[in-house]
Amino acid sequence: MKITMAHGSGGKATSELIQEVFAKEFENEILNRMEDSALVKGSQKLAMTTDSFVVTPIVFPGGDIGHLSICGTVNDLLMSGARPQYLTCGFIIEEGTEIDTLKQIAKSMAKTAKAAGIMIVAGDTKVIEGNGGIYINTAGVGFVDETIDISSSNCENGDIVILSGNLGDHHATILSSRLSIENTIKSDCAPLNDMVENLLENKIRIKAMRDVTRGGLGTVLNEFATASSCTIELQEEKIPVSDQVKSFCKILGLDPFYMANEGKMVAVVSKEDSEKALELIRNSKYGENAAIIGSVTQEEAGMVFVNTLIGGKRKIDILYGEGLPRIC
Amino acid sequence: MITLETIKDYLKKYDGEELTFMEVCGTHTAAISQSGITEILSDKIRLVSGPGCPVCVTVASYIDKLVSLSMEENTCVATFGDMLRVRGSEKSLNDAKASGGKVILVYSPMDVIDIAKKNTQLNYVFAAVGFETTTPIYSLMLKQIIEEKIENLKLLTALKTMPKVIDWVCSVDSPINGFIAPGHVSVITGSDYFKELALKWNMPFVVSGFEAIDLLNAIYALINYKDKGEVLNLYPAYVTDKGNKAAQKQVEQYFTSCKSAWRGIGQIEDSGMQLKEEYLKYDAGSQNLIEDSKINEGCCCDKVIIGTINPTQCPLFKKVCSPETPQGACMVSTEGSCYHYYISNRKR
Repeated sequence: MKITMAHGSGGKATSELIQEVFAKEFENEILNRMEDSALVKGSQKLAMTTDSFVVTPIVFPGGDIGHLSICGTVNDLLMSGARPQYLTCGFIIEEGTEIDTLKQIAKSMAKTAKAAGIMIVAGDTKVIEGNGGIYINTAGVGFVDETIDISSSNCENGDIVILSGNLGDHHATILSSRLSIENTIKSDCAPLNDMVENLLENKIRIKAMRDVTRGGLGTVLNEFATASSCTIELQEEKIPVSDQVKSFCKILGLDPFYMANEGKMVAVVSKEDSEKALELIRNSKYGENAAIIGSVTQEEAGMVFVNTLIGGKRKIDILYGEGLPRIC
Repeated sequence: MITLETIKDYLKKYDGEELTFMEVCGTHTAAISQSGITEILSDKIRLVSGPGCPVCVTVASYIDKLVSLSMEENTCVATFGDMLRVRGSEKSLNDAKASGGKVILVYSPMDVIDIAKKNTQLNYVFAAVGFETTTPIYSLMLKQIIEEKIENLKLLTALKTMPKVIDWVCSVDSPINGFIAPGHVSVITGSDYFKELALKWNMPFVVSGFEAIDLLNAIYALINYKDKGEVLNLYPAYVTDKGNKAAQKQVEQYFTSCKSAWRGIGQIEDSGMQLKEEYLKYDAGSQNLIEDSKINEGCCCDKVIIGTINPTQCPLFKKVCSPETPQGACMVSTEGSCYHYYISNRKR
């Protein structure tokens, strides 16, 4: 059965859709009340974030738009040092969408939310004309300890930069699906609770931390370098990229520095904390390929450099435009 | 045995006469910038980028034509990503799209066939740009259009070939001592394709791969073969003397050599490919698109693409011209030399 405009009318069909697809999967004591707004408890410093997800294809190796919509918001909360608590989701569904697809997405959202320890407490559904597309917005709230101070402006001379794993898997997966290229690359889409909690529980002072999503590592590190008025100097040989993604990039003319990821983060810590932090990340879920990739220096404020494999050096700029495959 | 370290050491300490080598292929330009090769070369070795980026050499009137086609009722222009951002005399395809023009981005020309078959109410025009590497794909595309009698898909071609433009670059008092010959082009054409040029200008042409090591090797070979009119194939795993015969045959069936207009250079005889007369009904009006114009009079893309100046010597570079506000095609394209000098902070 497919979604029709009637499912967005606000009437019986809408109510049936919500009950059958969403309420069933997302049920919890707050959502079950089905009031106009969710009433939640909270009396400390809050982190809030929102993100919209428009990926095509909606189902891809390693995940789907539902899984992604939870991971994206959960990871954004985690990067501020927050413990994710509550999440809302808004669906914009094009007519023609298979209800079974919607059910699969709702199921995967429920599963990921459970794994990430976040409660889906409110939602909305709209149907628009179209041809089977699904767009999801999620907003999340997390609790943050007063003592936590993670900011892109905290990087200092001598600090160490740690990347939590291989670059480019998500980007390569989506592009492979769009280009009908067969390979075994899977999206890295994952909630990074375990990794961040391990660092915080073990009293690692995380100075700056970001999930490496759109714009890639290059863009994130430029934001750090600019906000902290420092230089970030990387070693190309230390940057983890799987062989398959490396080859994929060579064929299409892509640069892993600018490829999107959905389950990777970069953290800046002091030199003293760096080895312990690396070990903690490596022993966390999704962190087995983590590596120290560079350090913070004072050479030229706002700049990111990489020392290349052959002994050269180049600047890593932010991403301009879209990361598109080359044309010849 | 010569090791990589020996070569690196030689290239760093080289103290002979000043040498300038040109890489013609945009992918080589990208690889040189990304690997930071120029940082480990002696100051006496200069690398310049040639006219091998298809976006950078496309004239404004070609973009204008695409823009006007996209605004026609029932016509949709399909293009690769880089072409979206290049401005013609007034607008880019992105501008046209924002003003209601129908433009779609595709990753492969073959995708347009499926799109055209699914949407028969629209006429599609594919922006077929590229060099010898890309033309065989357009041949396959055309073959399928003809075999499947697809009525709503045509090509607007701006196809270039290498030899005559390299010949032109050599003829304009250029300081070039040798060429890193384009690797992808050579896969199709074979390395012998450059023999005549090597002999005529008495300089080496080295066919190279795209890894930093391949390029260091190529530069080393160019120094050692200085003033020798020879072609060296250092990419033998993919490139043969005679090239890919099947691909060449496909191209010969549908395309013929023609005079072509190059941005900043002008028209050069036999430097392009166009559809043969019997296939012109699949052409969306590619003839006579020769007019060019500059967005900004100070733009030096014309000098940059023939290696007369480095991007950093252009008065607009990093001032008004950046990847966000490109004043010329070399800053737009991800294979353009200005773009790479900018994002990699290349000094030379």
